[in-house]
Amino acid sequence: MSPFARTNRGLLANWWWTLDRALLGGLLVIALVGVVMVFASSPPIAKRLGYEETRFVVKHLTFLLPAILLLLGTSLLAPRGVLRAAFLLLAGFGLLLALTPFLGTEIKGARRWVSVAGLILQPSEFVKPALVVVSAWLLARRPGMAGAPQAAALTGLMLLLLVIQPDLGMSVLVLAVFGVQLFVAGLPWLLIGGLAGLGVLGLYAAYVAFPHVQTRIDDFLDPTKESYQVETSLSAVTSGGLFGRGPGEGVVKFYLPEAHSDFVFATLAEEFGAIAALLVLMLFGFIVLRGLWRAYEAQDRFVQLAAVGLLAQFGLQALVNIAVNLNLLPTKGMTLPFVSYGGSSLLALAIGMGMLLALTRVGARLEGAP
Amino acid sequence: MTGDPDGGGRALTAVEGGRLRVRLLAAIFALAFLSVGIRLVDMVSDATPVRSAASGDEAARAARVPARAEIRDRNGILLATNVQVLSLTADPSELPDPDAAAELLAARLAGVEAAELKRRFTVGRRFAWVKRELTPAEQRAVLELGLPGLDFRISQRRLYPQRRLASHVLGFTGVDNQGLAGIELAMDRRLRETPEPLVTSLDIRVQEVVRETLLRAYRRFRAIGACAIVLDARSGELLSLVSLPDFDPNAYERARPAERENRCTGGVYELGSLFKVITAAMALESGEVGLHDRFNASEPIRIGRNRIGDDHAKARWLTVPEIFAFSSNVGTVQMAFAAGGAASQQAFLERLGMTRPLEIELVQRGRPLVPRRWIDIVSATVSFGHGIAVTPLHFAAAVAGLSTDGRRVAPTLLRRDGPPKEPRVRLVSERTVRDLRWLMWLVVEKGTGTKARLPAYLIGGKTGTADKPGKGRRGYDGEAVIASFVGVFPIEDPRYVVLVTLDDPEGDEGTFGFRYGGWTAAPVVATIVDRIGPLLGVAPSDPGARQRFFARLKIVPAMNGRTGEMEEGLAALDAGW
Repeated sequence: MSPFARTNRGLLANWWWTLDRALLGGLLVIALVGVVMVFASSPPIAKRLGYEETRFVVKHLTFLLPAILLLLGTSLLAPRGVLRAAFLLLAGFGLLLALTPFLGTEIKGARRWVSVAGLILQPSEFVKPALVVVSAWLLARRPGMAGAPQAAALTGLMLLLLVIQPDLGMSVLVLAVFGVQLFVAGLPWLLIGGLAGLGVLGLYAAYVAFPHVQTRIDDFLDPTKESYQVETSLSAVTSGGLFGRGPGEGVVKFYLPEAHSDFVFATLAEEFGAIAALLVLMLFGFIVLRGLWRAYEAQDRFVQLAAVGLLAQFGLQALVNIAVNLNLLPTKGMTLPFVSYGGSSLLALAIGMGMLLALTRVGARLEGAP
Repeated sequence: MTGDPDGGGRALTAVEGGRLRVRLLAAIFALAFLSVGIRLVDMVSDATPVRSAASGDEAARAARVPARAEIRDRNGILLATNVQVLSLTADPSELPDPDAAAELLAARLAGVEAAELKRRFTVGRRFAWVKRELTPAEQRAVLELGLPGLDFRISQRRLYPQRRLASHVLGFTGVDNQGLAGIELAMDRRLRETPEPLVTSLDIRVQEVVRETLLRAYRRFRAIGACAIVLDARSGELLSLVSLPDFDPNAYERARPAERENRCTGGVYELGSLFKVITAAMALESGEVGLHDRFNASEPIRIGRNRIGDDHAKARWLTVPEIFAFSSNVGTVQMAFAAGGAASQQAFLERLGMTRPLEIELVQRGRPLVPRRWIDIVSATVSFGHGIAVTPLHFAAAVAGLSTDGRRVAPTLLRRDGPPKEPRVRLVSERTVRDLRWLMWLVVEKGTGTKARLPAYLIGGKTGTADKPGKGRRGYDGEAVIASFVGVFPIEDPRYVVLVTLDDPEGDEGTFGFRYGGWTAAPVVATIVDRIGPLLGVAPSDPGARQRFFARLKIVPAMNGRTGEMEEGLAALDAGW
């Protein structure tokens, strides 16, 4: 049962047969989970903020449809097209990112959002996947680690812009993803140790330099000082039990302002139970491992590094979000990809995963391609 | 890249080199997902959350927070427990028609005003109390309304099934179940943190008898207050503690301050002649005074400008048993001076624990008023219980120690299993204890306390009628009195101390207008002993014991100095006790 005959050599037919359909299926299921969760968790929050109850549901759905089209559209691109798109995105949104401190809208103590054509956008969300792809190209175009300095310079520049926002969660994520790319690119083990040390040092510097980072980490380490969010999140997960309280029966959304975004996983566990939460976790794991398997089989260094970078971004963000919900990590404003409520950020995610789908297609390679 | 024939080949090698690293990366990711999954399963399979957990969810919290511990009497009878009650709240923004809802609710809930509800249902508010603590019928009525926007809150409410019976011991708890008075406050942490019931020393059967008996006297003599204590003389456990007027802890907010006052442990009183028990014990223990000694009570005694006389003046020389039995102030003052006066008194009161607040599981613990300067006149008045004020419980505990084994007894409101283990301060020798018991028996047999005599039990005791300090700064108004009686039974081998004090009683026809402790308080003690003795399994005193007490008594003719007639004189034989 297939829309295209195997002999069909048209653009769409070629796309269908070379695409990793399991990966696409996994992503669409996660998007579906996101739809269910925005229905379940967002109405009380919208109401508390004084909006219509359906406000976030409608917004999520209006962005989801274009996002899926964007995902599919991006996945049609050949690797070179992916690279071009990445260059364009990096140039455009990099500029916006540099300008946000001056024209950005301040939300919750940080200027991360800009208004573009009536949309409130967070440029860093769009810079993220583009940076990964461009870095992969910089790393791949020279043999060995010769491309590393250029890639590092680019990443460093973007990091600087992110720290100014300040968006430390995102900075750490970008740094970690770049580290993963360097690792796969063949960074000598000795240097890996050194960079890991630098990373720890960087985290410590952030701890010392930023008071809000400091309080969050102190609160995490001090078992007597439970943050309200984490406490509520934990009791939500526990009270859900194996099968949950039932859809819509959760109460955490009445107490947590971020029940539909940063703490959506706790809401999920509360209403649908630990088994469902475990299935969602496994779905994320499946996408990451499946993607890595395709990267393992890649015949092109650029494809490999870009795919690994995109996957690391997606996987780390999911892991960090879930770990925070389960109090394994200190609170950090990171959303669960496709499941957390998100307006414009859905578009950025769709572009990133569309690029991944494009890069994991059978025979995808930058070199020697037309 | 393009135009470099080897470029493709090198890149492929790099790809192959990257493969090992990709595999390692996949392993690390798999491990991370696995550990997060294990944490999730671990959290749910563990019944209690891994770290602390307080949730906004009412029902879950009510189920998780252990209910406040129950309070029981020494036999397990329930004194304080918890019931689940529902309170009604509303989210006015979800009420289709807040004003109509207010009318409907007010019509079904007692004590709820429609106008007040309408005010609370002001548009824009997300939360409003409708009524706290609904009755089951009200809950049903609300459910039948079927209105959206209403919600029930489950909470715990403290319930005192014995109502007024032990109000001053138990105290009460506030809206959030926190202890606000009595043992509920003094043991608040224990009651919150340990779910096992708190077992008190009270015996609710005894408490019932004591309260009923005291209440009758309190009403009959129109006293403004009253206190009764039943103390296990050996262990210090309080079997009963009643303070009148009392209140219902289930409705503590309606209790007046006078009703909340615990007169047994909170108020300090000059107990008057009751204190002669202490002076006698001190005098006998000093070795300077024996039962055979006589003191001149033929006329009032003068100390400086002050003059001390007797209520029941015999106007002659009195033996020590006569001084005690007839409660002679003149004789007692001389006994105190013979025993060393102020220095001995101070040391003895200190040892008895009469100079500092008692350690008892209550919050109302009165601080004794002790003289600052022990000049002779102070020393004299303290010997018969004026110029020093202690709580009734102070005094009951002192008598317990002096009449059992001569060691200090620490009163408690918690059940003790077995005798107290901690070393106890010696107050007096066993010989003094024996002599004192005989003197107290004599008070009931021949002296001012004959109204406490019972056929079943030998009781020892002491009467007291203290002038209450006047409204002004100094002196006594000569009107109000504290009438009291302390009883010890069975006096041949004391088990219990029973103390009754009546604040400002009025005599009636039955007492020929007298309000002396011997006429008002002593019969109360007798009734209590008569009823709780069998209840507590105390065997009636055997005739042999009665004989032994009588054998010690020698009745000699004595000339009454005032009327010149012959009368009964009492002297101790001291025949080989």
